[in-house]
Amino acid sequence: MATTLYEKLWQSHIIEEKADETPLIFVDRHLIHEVTSPQAFANLKFHNRVLRHPERTIATMDHNISTRFIEINAAGEGAANQLRTLEKNCKEFGVELFNMGHKNQGVVHVIGPELGLTLPGTVIVCGDSHTSTHGAFGALAFGIGTSEVEHVFATQTLRQTKAKTMRIEVKGQVAPGISAKDIILAIIGKTGSAGATGYVVEYCGDAIERLTMEERMTVCNMSIEFGAKAGLIAPDATTFEYLKGKDYSPKGEVWQQAVSDWQQLKSDTGATFDSYLTLEAKDIKTQVTWGTTPGQVTQIDNVVPSPEDFSDPVERDSCIAALKYMGLTAGTKITDITINKVFIGSCTNSRIEDLRAAAAIAKGKKVSPTVDAIVVPGSYRVKAQAEAEGLAQTFIDAGFEWRLPGCSMCLGMNDDVLTEGDRCASTSNRNFEGRQGRGSRTHLVSPELAAASAIAGHFVDLTTINSKVQGA
Amino acid sequence: MENFTQHYGLVVPLDAANVDTDQIIPKQFLQKTTRTGFGQHLFNDWRYLDNAGKEDNPEFILNELKYQGASILLTGENFGCGSSREHAPWALQEYGFKVIIASSFADIFYANCINIGILPVTLTEAEIATLFQQSEKGLQHITVDLTASTVKTESAQYSFNIAPFHKYCLENGVDSVGWTLNKLTKIEDYEAKMPAWQ
Repeated sequence: MATTLYEKLWQSHIIEEKADETPLIFVDRHLIHEVTSPQAFANLKFHNRVLRHPERTIATMDHNISTRFIEINAAGEGAANQLRTLEKNCKEFGVELFNMGHKNQGVVHVIGPELGLTLPGTVIVCGDSHTSTHGAFGALAFGIGTSEVEHVFATQTLRQTKAKTMRIEVKGQVAPGISAKDIILAIIGKTGSAGATGYVVEYCGDAIERLTMEERMTVCNMSIEFGAKAGLIAPDATTFEYLKGKDYSPKGEVWQQAVSDWQQLKSDTGATFDSYLTLEAKDIKTQVTWGTTPGQVTQIDNVVPSPEDFSDPVERDSCIAALKYMGLTAGTKITDITINKVFIGSCTNSRIEDLRAAAAIAKGKKVSPTVDAIVVPGSYRVKAQAEAEGLAQTFIDAGFEWRLPGCSMCLGMNDDVLTEGDRCASTSNRNFEGRQGRGSRTHLVSPELAAASAIAGHFVDLTTINSKVQGA
Repeated sequence: MENFTQHYGLVVPLDAANVDTDQIIPKQFLQKTTRTGFGQHLFNDWRYLDNAGKEDNPEFILNELKYQGASILLTGENFGCGSSREHAPWALQEYGFKVIIASSFADIFYANCINIGILPVTLTEAEIATLFQQSEKGLQHITVDLTASTVKTESAQYSFNIAPFHKYCLENGVDSVGWTLNKLTKIEDYEAKMPAWQ
């Protein structure tokens, strides 16, 4: 029988499936960080239980570390306590930790792939909803709560209800200058913020296959923003090329066997999905969110919508509330919205290609005097590479602040927080009320548009500026 | 985890869709290493006018005198979307909520509720609308019966679906880690057959 990629991943991880119990599946890789792990470790100790597979568990510090100083106390007492607790727990349970300043340290969803910890055909979990990022490799990857973190610690398994399947095909080729971020925001604009709740989404089509691994990660990263349990892209030559020779990737004969197995990881011709969505790549334009959920998004040449534009009463009410919070008037041209903060970073857009794209726009220009802009690389490896390529200097010369790796202003758990009334062009993934700081306003955009907006002081149509715009 | 079989309580209607976990418990309160201490910060930015959490926002429904002691949260679609933070259900539970009723929940949030002993009840949009109307008319106390999988109001009864194992775990306060550890041989069997790269 023709089966989907999700079905193959599911079947290869089933330990037990009984009528009266939620199925039990094996977890290959468990990524942890300082915020959602301490209570799980504490319960493990309370029950005198062991961590079943420390070697399958990898820890990093990312959510609330300072991006200014390599100093555990630099982001406040609460943060320092969590970071010390992680250090202590990792030592006690034999978990490898990439500490502050370690060459492998960085945002959990950036370091997993770049170190080769993220492999096709595996199940990857983390106490963080953007674990969906790793689906870009054809891994079944999803975020879990702390009770589940504890369950994985003790058993290396999880109880999971089988999801429905959705296929999202992006046909054809995007226009030059249209990024992976625009593709995923356009998808979310179509589905709405809960359009894929209960589903695992597989992205396919020409436009997806053409994407680099980093671009695929941007797409899969935001699967959670329309409710998907996980996002998947079938692994192919691009995937294998990316992984070959990475620190933790299989080597030698094991690598050969792995690639041979991974080549089977695709939905069979004729496999049926529970739901389908198709987009034409050529119709996708530069995206900007105007509201307080990622689904409240429009394109750069459009205007802020009016509540009357929505026939659904829930969407209409949400629009009214969002316009009020965002301080926007219906009918305002998107390119007339002025911003005073720019954040380039996060597990969505802080990889080297993101920084290259933003730097290409910033080169030789100056950040507007009305804007404060920061660039936060996703990891020390990204940072080192960006510095070696001269990107960091490009940003600094243009007036951006060049920071240390971390989650930073995506969620503002450290001191990278917006203040009330700030309006930010952000390459992150959530524009929820207060996400980047109480009373602050977030517009989700691509790295290219974030850089261009930093220079202009407002959103700009990238097709109207002369800089070399990197094709997607 | 406490056993959950039936609960009778006061409903507070929070008329909002897509309530995300950043609203339920904002990030500045996630720096604790315990499972407690979150209830006072539940819905912080909506509930308090000041950053210190001293000044109640009189327009926020949880602050209304008549809803003090409410233990059933009635709300809109896609409740609990966003981050995987279990701190959100911890905050709801510590505040006093035993049951959350919505037309849909985000997946991770739903699982987190089950795992800590909060009952998430999914009803149809029409049923939710009726419950909101009833709450507008006056204070509404209802009975949520997990064993029968029903919600009983003074005038109506609604059935809801819940996975049998979720129901079993809630009813019996099952330690899910302990439950799975009893299947260790099955896990070992699986591990023995894995390919080398996995």
